[in-house]
Amino acid sequence: MSRTPPIVSVLPTRGLVDEKFKVLVENLPPGRPVTVRSLHRSEDDHYWEAFGFYTSDHRGTVNVSKDPSVGGTYTGKEPMGLLWSMCPVPGSRKGLRLRKLNVCSPMLVNISVHSGHEGFRDQTPLASVLIERWYMAPGVKRIDVRERGLKGTLFLPPGPGPFPGILDLWGGGGGLVEYRSALLASHGFATMSLDYLSCSQSVFTYGETAFNFIKDHPQVVADRIGVVGLCIGSLLALYLAADSTVVKPRCTVCISTYTIYPTDRVLSGSFEELTILSDKISVDKNNNEMWRDVGLEIMSDSRKVNTGKLTTPLLLVSGCDDQNWPSFETAEDITQTMRAAGNDHLLSRLDYSDTGHLIEPPFSPHFRSTKFVTIDKRKVMILWGGLTKPHSDAQEDSWKKILSFLQQHLCSSLNAKL
Amino acid sequence: MSSQAAVFLGCSRSGVGCLVPSTWMDRRKCCVQLSVHPSRGLIDEKFNVQVQKFLPGCQLTVHALHRCEDRNSWEAFGHYMTDASGTVNVSQDTSVGGTYSGVEAMGLLWSLRPVPGSKPGLRLRKKNVQTPMEVTISVYQGHQTEGFVDQVPLASVLVERWYMAPGVRRIPVTEDGLTATLFLPAGPGPFPGVLDLWGAGGQLVEYRAALLASHGFASLALDYLTCKITMETGKMVDNQYFETAYRVLQQHPQVLSSRMAMLGFSFGTSFTFKMAVYSQVIKLRCAVCIGGSHVQPIDASVKEMFTYFNNNASKIRVNEKNEVIWRDVFQPTADPSIKVDMGRLQCPLLLVVGEDDQNWPASEAAKDMKEMMERAGNSHLLTILSYPKTGHLIEPPYTPHVRASIFRIFDTHQKLMLLWGGQTVEHSRAQEDAWKKILVFLRENLYGAANPSATLSSHL
Repeated sequence: MSRTPPIVSVLPTRGLVDEKFKVLVENLPPGRPVTVRSLHRSEDDHYWEAFGFYTSDHRGTVNVSKDPSVGGTYTGKEPMGLLWSMCPVPGSRKGLRLRKLNVCSPMLVNISVHSGHEGFRDQTPLASVLIERWYMAPGVKRIDVRERGLKGTLFLPPGPGPFPGILDLWGGGGGLVEYRSALLASHGFATMSLDYLSCSQSVFTYGETAFNFIKDHPQVVADRIGVVGLCIGSLLALYLAADSTVVKPRCTVCISTYTIYPTDRVLSGSFEELTILSDKISVDKNNNEMWRDVGLEIMSDSRKVNTGKLTTPLLLVSGCDDQNWPSFETAEDITQTMRAAGNDHLLSRLDYSDTGHLIEPPFSPHFRSTKFVTIDKRKVMILWGGLTKPHSDAQEDSWKKILSFLQQHLCSSLNAKL
Repeated sequence: MSSQAAVFLGCSRSGVGCLVPSTWMDRRKCCVQLSVHPSRGLIDEKFNVQVQKFLPGCQLTVHALHRCEDRNSWEAFGHYMTDASGTVNVSQDTSVGGTYSGVEAMGLLWSLRPVPGSKPGLRLRKKNVQTPMEVTISVYQGHQTEGFVDQVPLASVLVERWYMAPGVRRIPVTEDGLTATLFLPAGPGPFPGVLDLWGAGGQLVEYRAALLASHGFASLALDYLTCKITMETGKMVDNQYFETAYRVLQQHPQVLSSRMAMLGFSFGTSFTFKMAVYSQVIKLRCAVCIGGSHVQPIDASVKEMFTYFNNNASKIRVNEKNEVIWRDVFQPTADPSIKVDMGRLQCPLLLVVGEDDQNWPASEAAKDMKEMMERAGNSHLLTILSYPKTGHLIEPPYTPHVRASIFRIFDTHQKLMLLWGGQTVEHSRAQEDAWKKILVFLRENLYGAANPSATLSSHL
């Protein structure tokens, strides 16, 4: 066999989920059409793939970072398209969502190269490599937190510390979602993710307890703690920043922001209110529930967090095509409130067009709609919104800026004090 | 010594005006950012170490600590000064002291040495290639030279260095009486095959084969001295053992039978030269020999090689430090009956030579081989990489250099302090350069177009 075997290489083979990689295919015949494909088997046993169509150059090389894809799940020059454009393989159930629950192990992705632009799923690849994508950097410690009535997971960066701290609050999906916290710890923040939906007491008191737990930790700098909240989590984040008399975050990040107080201070009250209005929830032609309009309806006459009382910086990240919650309108509402109160110098906004509700860490696949189990146990398909390419660009851009915002306010250089 | 006192001491020794109250120092600890990219890399990949957000114009020590499998600790450190933005970038800035100096992106690895108080004669080698080498990179204030373990650093991170890329498979091989380990690259294959031979220390040394598999070569690490057959029968293997290993590798369904190579180091080069030239079974596309010699009784078996060694024991020298020098034993002479006839070689050969090799006369042997091949008309197959001030142990890049270390004779278990040679800086540069060129050589000859004897490596 004298035909030269093709070689596919990815650098790095082991990276953090927010790091870019370079994919290079070499030793192909020149001018040959090939498909470069990624394949991932999720923790719940579904297969996800992405692929791009390329043609090798005169040296028999395809460089995914530099060459344009002419078709597939992404087109154009997209170094990371093999990750962010992933979708369930044909034949999969509808409404799947890709999330890593076990952050101590890496996400494994197979990157392969196939001959031609058709029928690649039935072919043995010409070559393939396996890469690892990690949420946890080496040395990051994962610690279960079950004290003071809390249910959370603390991630500590490696090293002696002390570190700035972050309270990380997910949205209404419930449970203990750890991956963003693990990633933040990999960037030097002692971060705790908190399961607050299953608590029976006032979630606001629960949030204060969690904040103080972080503050009291010997490896955390007590006056350098921020809060990051997504969706319903942003409500708790804003409460801690604006209305709490017990704690004071040094800065706050709200993604897909929600500001409406439930009437009885137990957070599930919000969902109950929405459930009462569930006959008002419209569905699109695919039977996906769009909660956005309900949100708009109740926004004007509900009691909200008073962001006019904020005394520390706030970053709002909104998708303008958020079909689950009127994030953009909420951000506008907050802007007006803060302008009127004279504290809008504390406000920064990132608004992204054609971007939906689920603004995740970079290169996570985009889902326009997925299955969701509501608090009253209905299994529905929820429309999150967003178009894949702009949404993925928003994820990459917002993450960089969120990290920069957190670093600026939680790790400011000593020079600033001199 | 408390961490606060240490911080003061560091500052005052440095003489630079960054004495600050200790309460500020606690805050400073929060702000210093230390990062290493990538945090998980292959053993032969470079990394970028950066310290950010410290005070400007301040002295810092960047330190590496590795605790190896046999529980010894190795360390390296460089002395730096932060720039106007409070940053140190190890890839771009100059170390003004420590275990390495100058602009040395990887000095924190290649200048690793046993911590003070360690036993003499240590050598750093990884046995279990399925786990990474873990190195803790830390930053301390001031220009420290000792006592690191008693201080709290300003920051530290953990870095993983892997011999095996993800998806590389490790497969023990025992068929046909072999003691070997096969490493297959990730992917469907088939792949070119490399038979990997180490030296007279014996054991099954896997790390280089694992690393070669991470670069796309199906590699077989072979134990030919302390293998099962020898341990059980007391008899050393014959030359068929090497041919069997080659055959088993070649016939593997995921190996390309027409794209095979041998890579030998030290004593392993003796068998590489012999097989490449004389074997009817072994047909190589190319061969790599590191730190070796073609001197041997014609067609000698392993046992006969050792007999030859013992017969020439008078050529062994011992220096004033009681370090044993073996380099004169396999010196080439004019006698053709004790040399492999390199004029009959038919495949490209890459020789890697340390000019300060005190264990094997690699330089003299390379010169002799070149002359033989020039006379025979096949010297176009030969490429010699010769490195000044480089010793015998030419290992994968960033492996710490040791000039001498304890060596255990594989059968008698007698321990000697063997002199390997080399000066650390030059030897480390040689390791990095040689490995790159070895990979290019293997890639061109094993992944390249069909005609093997036409593949020249002159551009190396």
